[in-house]
Amino acid sequence: MRGFFYVLMTLSVMGLAFWAYQENYQTQDSLRRVANLHAQIGENRSRLGILNAEWAWLNRPDRLRALSDLNFARLELLPILPDAFGHLSDVPEPLPELAGINDVVELSSQGFSGPINPDEEPL
Amino acid sequence: MIRRPLRPLARILQARQSGESTEAIERENLRHRHEEMRERLRSRAASRLKFMSLCFFVAFSLIGGQMAVLASSDAEEPTLQAEGGPAPILSDRADITDRNGRILATNMETYSLYAQPQELIDPEYAATELARIFPELDVERLRADFTGDRRFLWIRRQISPEQMQAVHDIGDPGLLFGPRQMRLYPNGPVASHILGGSSYGREGVSSAEVIGVAGVERYFDARLRDPYSPEPLVLSLDLTVQSTLEEVLGSGMQLMNARGASGIILDVHTGEIVAMASLPDFDPNDRPRPPTEGSPADSPLFNRALQGVYELGSVFKIFAAAQALDLGLVNPQTMVETRGPLTYGRFRINDFHDYGPELTVTDVIVESSNIGTSRLALMIGIERQQAFLGSLGLLTPTSVEMAEAPTGRPQTPDNWSDLSLMTISYGHGLAVSPLHLAAAYATIVNGGTLVTPTLLRQDEPEHGERVISPETSDQIRSIMRQVVTRGTASFAEVEGYNVGGKTGSADKPRENGGGYYDDKVISTFSGVFPADDPQYVIVISLDEPVDTSGPIPRRTAGYTAVPVAAEVIRRTAPLMGLRPDVVRWAPESIHQASH
Repeated sequence: MRGFFYVLMTLSVMGLAFWAYQENYQTQDSLRRVANLHAQIGENRSRLGILNAEWAWLNRPDRLRALSDLNFARLELLPILPDAFGHLSDVPEPLPELAGINDVVELSSQGFSGPINPDEEPL
Repeated sequence: MIRRPLRPLARILQARQSGESTEAIERENLRHRHEEMRERLRSRAASRLKFMSLCFFVAFSLIGGQMAVLASSDAEEPTLQAEGGPAPILSDRADITDRNGRILATNMETYSLYAQPQELIDPEYAATELARIFPELDVERLRADFTGDRRFLWIRRQISPEQMQAVHDIGDPGLLFGPRQMRLYPNGPVASHILGGSSYGREGVSSAEVIGVAGVERYFDARLRDPYSPEPLVLSLDLTVQSTLEEVLGSGMQLMNARGASGIILDVHTGEIVAMASLPDFDPNDRPRPPTEGSPADSPLFNRALQGVYELGSVFKIFAAAQALDLGLVNPQTMVETRGPLTYGRFRINDFHDYGPELTVTDVIVESSNIGTSRLALMIGIERQQAFLGSLGLLTPTSVEMAEAPTGRPQTPDNWSDLSLMTISYGHGLAVSPLHLAAAYATIVNGGTLVTPTLLRQDEPEHGERVISPETSDQIRSIMRQVVTRGTASFAEVEGYNVGGKTGSADKPRENGGGYYDDKVISTFSGVFPADDPQYVIVISLDEPVDTSGPIPRRTAGYTAVPVAAEVIRRTAPLMGLRPDVVRWAPESIHQASH
């Protein structure tokens, strides 16, 4: 009985030691991954910051104004003035929807008795 | 310890004499000795056991305590605690954005270039090449620095990636790069006075402090540098409106040959400054140095809208009229004597035209009669005028969130006499900044509650102290509307926006004292739109404008500031989502739409 108990204890200690070892390395691995991810987040943020700055720089009002002046012939952009506001009634009514085609129109040459021109392109 | 012999001589001899066995004595003594030994060992073992159990108890309670602490505390990753926050902070200075989140100031990663001359392999070559990459460097000076006994030398604070590559190509180990954060203002000169600018504080090889030197950057320096509040600072400005205001103001200034101009658009309900411009301006990316000579007011760094205190002229008449109406001294139809000149001591107050013997209060403002306004002021009296102007915030610097705000201190007369009472009523003798004027107008027209101008986005209207009654506010708005429809500001009519306002053309005081210039004015238009449902107050002020389009040069605000203001309203009101109140469609099209 006592021998069995000893063996059980030894085995359980070995098992626990193995588990602790595994946990330790998994934790270290996770921490490394977290550090890595943080580094990536940092890089992405810095990229995002630069892209935002570039976006703002490219969209600065002075540049947009100069571009719209330069391309006036094609774009015809004008500053928004009060007369740019419309009213709902200015929007044309949508056309009534077409009714579904119910009467089938037969197209057939059956019973056609006219002269057939062989040079005619088929429709 | 005295060891007792097993065979004590006395007892042995005695036993021998009596013929007893000496063995028994020895056995008995041996038994005693064993008992003693057992007793000793038992007590030692007991104390050891006690000690061991104490050790175990301490160890287990330590582990148990630690487990309890771990169980009760929040899970934290040990590596993150060292970095001082929930996530690594990239930029140590927060961005500044406008009310819609468009970037006004942000950071860029760049590099600085420095040299350790002791490490240089070929100082001559390095100096020549550096001078080729950076043409502004002096090659002789570099050579002297590189070959002397300096151990450290800054070469450039910021370099571009291309320049960095070129320096890399020199390939000298004595030329080193340090990372740098650079403050970038992507919109260039737009809102330059508000943003201010930044520069480097303490500099190290691996980083440098970016500190705000003026404007919002300086006022909010601590907030922007706080690593625990990395979210951007949201201003009340609208970038599109601001840039439009600057554009229109710039062309207006050119057209009217003015030396400078300033413009403010203020939300009357929240006190938010939607746009504030002062021309000439500068590029905060390359902030000029303060001028060492000449008047600081001529520098592009000078913010006319906030720091420039001027006698703004007739725009002040609104305050006298509002107070007189609010005190119940008059109503809009009360007749006021306008026969001129009005003399006080050796001082004579005249009008631009002769308006006849009397005008209604409304017409005193619409026609802009100095005499009529002075009579209103005389009814009000000095104490009440001072208290009223004070309650509008016109006697103290504004509390707007800019480092320069305290420098915009109104200039009040040393001795507030009856003469000051009269001149202040039509805008002379009290100098305030255009921002003061905008805030005071907002207070008057929004229904009468105090407006404190702010540069931070607000989510709800400001419920300030009541200064005048809502009825007076209505009456004043109606008078201001009439100034535009039939008075001095007729050019301010923008179809659909019901602009109301008041003009002011004030002669500039001579710098060396002693009177006013005849041909230099500050012309101002201060108005509200729409007058029937006030949303925004606009103040446009031009410095020394002259309209030369007619046969005679015209300087009054009606011909200079007013057309500029009208154009600003025409361009910015649609941008702020204000719909013109115009009946644009014919009745038959209404008929078509009615279904």
